[in-house]
Amino acid sequence: MSSQENPDENLPAARATDGHAHGDVGVPDEKHPFADPGLPPHQHRIQDIDERAAKRSERTVALLFTVSMLATIGFIASFVTIPADRIVYIFPLGHISGLNFALGMTLGLALFCIGAGAVHWARTLMSDEEIADERHAIEAPPEVKAKVMADFKQGAKESALGRRKLLRNTMFGALTLFPLSGIVLLRDLGPLPEDKLRHTLWSKGKLLVNMNTDEPLRPSDVTVGSLTFAKPEGLEEHDHDFQTEIAKAALMIVRLQPENIKDKRELEWSHDGIVAYSKICTHVGCPISLYEQQTHHVLCPCHQSTFDLSDGARVIFGPAGHPLPQLRIGVNDEGYLEALGDFDEPVGPAFWERG
Amino acid sequence: MKKLSARRRHPLAAVVVLLLALAATGGLYTAFAPADKAQAETSAQSLAIDEGKKLYAVGCASCHGTGGQGTTDGPSLVGVGAAAVDFQVGTGRMPAQQPGAQVPDKKNIYSQAEIDQLAAFVASLGAGPAVPTEEQYDPKGADIAAGGELFRTNCAQCHNFTGKGGALTEGKYAPPLDDVDPKYIYEAMLHGPQNMPVFPDTTLTEKNKKDIIAYLDTVNSDDSESPGGMELGGLGPVSEGLFGWIFGLGGLIAVAVWVAARTAKAKKS
Repeated sequence: MSSQENPDENLPAARATDGHAHGDVGVPDEKHPFADPGLPPHQHRIQDIDERAAKRSERTVALLFTVSMLATIGFIASFVTIPADRIVYIFPLGHISGLNFALGMTLGLALFCIGAGAVHWARTLMSDEEIADERHAIEAPPEVKAKVMADFKQGAKESALGRRKLLRNTMFGALTLFPLSGIVLLRDLGPLPEDKLRHTLWSKGKLLVNMNTDEPLRPSDVTVGSLTFAKPEGLEEHDHDFQTEIAKAALMIVRLQPENIKDKRELEWSHDGIVAYSKICTHVGCPISLYEQQTHHVLCPCHQSTFDLSDGARVIFGPAGHPLPQLRIGVNDEGYLEALGDFDEPVGPAFWERG
Repeated sequence: MKKLSARRRHPLAAVVVLLLALAATGGLYTAFAPADKAQAETSAQSLAIDEGKKLYAVGCASCHGTGGQGTTDGPSLVGVGAAAVDFQVGTGRMPAQQPGAQVPDKKNIYSQAEIDQLAAFVASLGAGPAVPTEEQYDPKGADIAAGGELFRTNCAQCHNFTGKGGALTEGKYAPPLDDVDPKYIYEAMLHGPQNMPVFPDTTLTEKNKKDIIAYLDTVNSDDSESPGGMELGGLGPVSEGLFGWIFGLGGLIAVAVWVAARTAKAKKS
């Protein structure tokens, strides 16, 4: 550091003559045992002492600004000439829109060059002398304080708030009533869901409709190892409440070998190895259908809860609190898979009153 | 009858009866049992099965058993069908390099003709999905938008919205679908390789499969358009936001520090 190499320059006497404001330099006393060393002496840049270097910097800045101008013109030109749907291949990026690429590059270059020019200008040509600027006191002088207080009193008197009681009371009334509008809006947080969380669209006799083909499923359609998603009969994708209803009723249908089903109730509620489970994770309600057909595990992509579909959808890993609800299914007279009732328990995440 | 009866004690009678019996047996034999053999020798299908059996004995039998019945090291191949063989061997997954959570794809060492022979042999063990024809999986003219919807319903949970793949449990994973031959995508849906579920034609029709392949072909191939460029893994806003925060903001902070740093001095101190 230069201040260590040239300790003389650092002395108050030496600095007083160099013309720069360096602030007050402390002298050690009882309260401040260590002296404030002050700022190190200013050193010139090459541009400050060499006019040719300064000219070079000027030209660099001018070049950057010129490039910016050209880039802006390029921006306008590419906007006019490049069709919006042209796809070009650009090496690391792949097949991208030519217009997007040209507009982005030219606009980015134009802005970058303005910024780079300004920074280069500031760093090489503008004054870089260090200046210490002392803070002024935060407290206002007593006369200013007195004036403000007097002005306030004057204003209060002129507003006649104390004298005109009607005005004052109605104003208080208006200010008191106004927040009510905000409170009334809270009504929209309700009404309470009542038993909506406990019921889905499934009910006895509703056919299981394949989400892919929109056709009711037959047991023979569902092969061992397959994964099918079903919705209740009568729910159409263009229904206004489709999302609300499918969020609860979404069903995942898999077929296991009946002898592989370990849970007795699961076997009872299945049809010939076909089991139907809610697709909604019991942790926080993510759609869960990462089904591994050999392990019969279903993985939730959100928090890695894992359920064993061959054992009553028991939770074998992760934060989920209870097994996936199973839908009891059977086959109707026409040979289609049908629900034998609603889910026995609420689907999806647990809630306070779930029990 | 009398004539015959009269000669039944002829010294040559026994010989004649023996000859007749032999002729009848031989005739019956040629009429039934060898009929298959005669057919087999002329049928290319059976030739393929024979050749496939030889290839099977060398490359597959150690894990899947000599008759495809399966062992502790490999599942039974009875009823998996030709599509499964074409997929597993064609993508290089089989023969497996080593046991593990999941068998990865690698360089395929069989010719397509050998794969067809292997497939013919395995298909002869039990009925299963056949190798699809090009007409079945060619994405030309399919409904890409419908394919996207079907992909998001049935596949995206494991393979990501644009088929970039993803992790499963205990080291298993859904492989990325970048530039997978449409035939293999079709076959995978048909027979459900490893832990992938099956999507049979009864629940996901042939047209549905074609639409899905067309969708993947549009969003996922080397030639697929990406108007914005820089997909950052195609994982959606999470990866983009993370990239913006770390590299975008990080870069801006570094530049801001540099702008305010001390400027270069003429005299080196």
